[in-house]
Amino acid sequence: MRIDCPLCGARDRREFSVLGDAAMAVRPEVGADTQTWSDWLHLRDNTAGRLRELWYHEGGCAAWLVVERDTVSHAVHGVSLVGASDAD
Amino acid sequence: MGFSGWRILREGLTGNRGWRPHWRDPAPKSSYDTVIIGGGGHGLATAYYLAREHGLTDVAVLEKGYLGGGNVGRNTTIVRANYNLPGNSEFYSHSLKLWEGLEQDLNFNAMMSQRGVLNLFHSDGQRDYAARRGNSMINQGDDAVLLDREGVRRMVPYLDFDQGRFPIYGGLFHPRGGTARHDAVAWGYARGADRRGVDLIQNCAVTGIDIEGGRVTGVQTTRGAIRARRVGIVVAGRSSQVAAMAGMRLPIESHILQAFVTEGLKPVIDHVVTFGMGHFYISQSDKGGLVFGGDLDFHASYAARGNLPMAEHVMEAAMTLMPVIGKARVLRSWGGIMDMSPDGSPIIDRTEVEGLYLNCGWCYGGFKAVPGSGFSFAHLIATGRPHEPAARFRLDRFATGRGLMDEEGTGAQHNLH
Repeated sequence: MRIDCPLCGARDRREFSVLGDAAMAVRPEVGADTQTWSDWLHLRDNTAGRLRELWYHEGGCAAWLVVERDTVSHAVHGVSLVGASDAD
Repeated sequence: MGFSGWRILREGLTGNRGWRPHWRDPAPKSSYDTVIIGGGGHGLATAYYLAREHGLTDVAVLEKGYLGGGNVGRNTTIVRANYNLPGNSEFYSHSLKLWEGLEQDLNFNAMMSQRGVLNLFHSDGQRDYAARRGNSMINQGDDAVLLDREGVRRMVPYLDFDQGRFPIYGGLFHPRGGTARHDAVAWGYARGADRRGVDLIQNCAVTGIDIEGGRVTGVQTTRGAIRARRVGIVVAGRSSQVAAMAGMRLPIESHILQAFVTEGLKPVIDHVVTFGMGHFYISQSDKGGLVFGGDLDFHASYAARGNLPMAEHVMEAAMTLMPVIGKARVLRSWGGIMDMSPDGSPIIDRTEVEGLYLNCGWCYGGFKAVPGSGFSFAHLIATGRPHEPAARFRLDRFATGRGLMDEEGTGAQHNLH
């Protein structure tokens, strides 16, 4: 599996570590109730198919990336830097 | 059809022409009292114990592929009860006791082999933890023996005891642990359930779960609608997809766990040996292959196969622990799809839908749990009350924070187990 880092180019999967579903980047409002926070922290769509994930280019430029990847085939469809639209 | 020494002798002398299929292949009826979604080890065990323990035989097991074609056929066959925390400890203790009587109970050779599980440690701190865990196991009523370096050396002389990074200080030995034949477990439960009247329906994928007024009323399948008063979801690996049919989101991520087997060799590894610092464990199958595995690939996956980096890591760990393995040739590798829960422990619980029950989140511990999971899930479905050894496997523990079972002490979040 290779991931095409927007800053470094295509690199081996070994250079990256993964956090999980990119939905994690959007936190609930400050002051949201505990159920909302718990759902955000624990519940997942756990998609079988194309999924947007947060990856960290640990062995490269240290950028956080949004990788769109197929969890059934492992194909990588798109990589971008985590942007303002992804995170609060 | 039963097995006995006499039967096998007679069949051997008559060309094995007397054997018949071990279970029926019925078409689904339009209605059952209870439907179990998932014909893997846990689902088949659930159906078996529903029939045997609770007399419920108006039961169907719906399997989208073939019986035992999922994770019960994609593991490393290890059976043990060496957990530390309340919740897991009593559950796996109960499960191991069921394993010990399984073959006689099912009249099926599950090749249960209590060859012992040895967990190595490599520092004074790890020794202290091993002693504590051993005491927990003994308090639970199971067995544990703390071995020093020489004790381990007498048992498994082929390890590299003097490696620089992780010198072997000793090990915690669990004599009643061991291995069992994975397929035979599924087949034994399937036959036992079928004999008691359970319909095992293969090539039947569930496509919807019917709910009326907060109560489950049946399922939609590729072989038609089936009404049911109670429905149990036990489809680890695909739990999120099936639960979504009932409008639920689960605290589950599906991950890949790889395992490997070498060509058949003469007996060399007599136990299950685990090398936690290298995320590596190994045993030898009765056929002679060295069966070993490592850690998760750590990215979500439904592919049932892993990536090369983890394969390399496992091979490196193997060479670190026991350089002798370098002469063996790897025959094949496989991956199982793990239901990873935030705290690394399973869920057996009712849901907010009346009559709908959930069994999932087995992480990488599902195989040894098969009998206990089936027993406890059947108890929950039949009586509506949690079975005592599995009473802590609650779905709401993540939201409330009460009763989390984080064996690794890393926190109850995804991606930490």
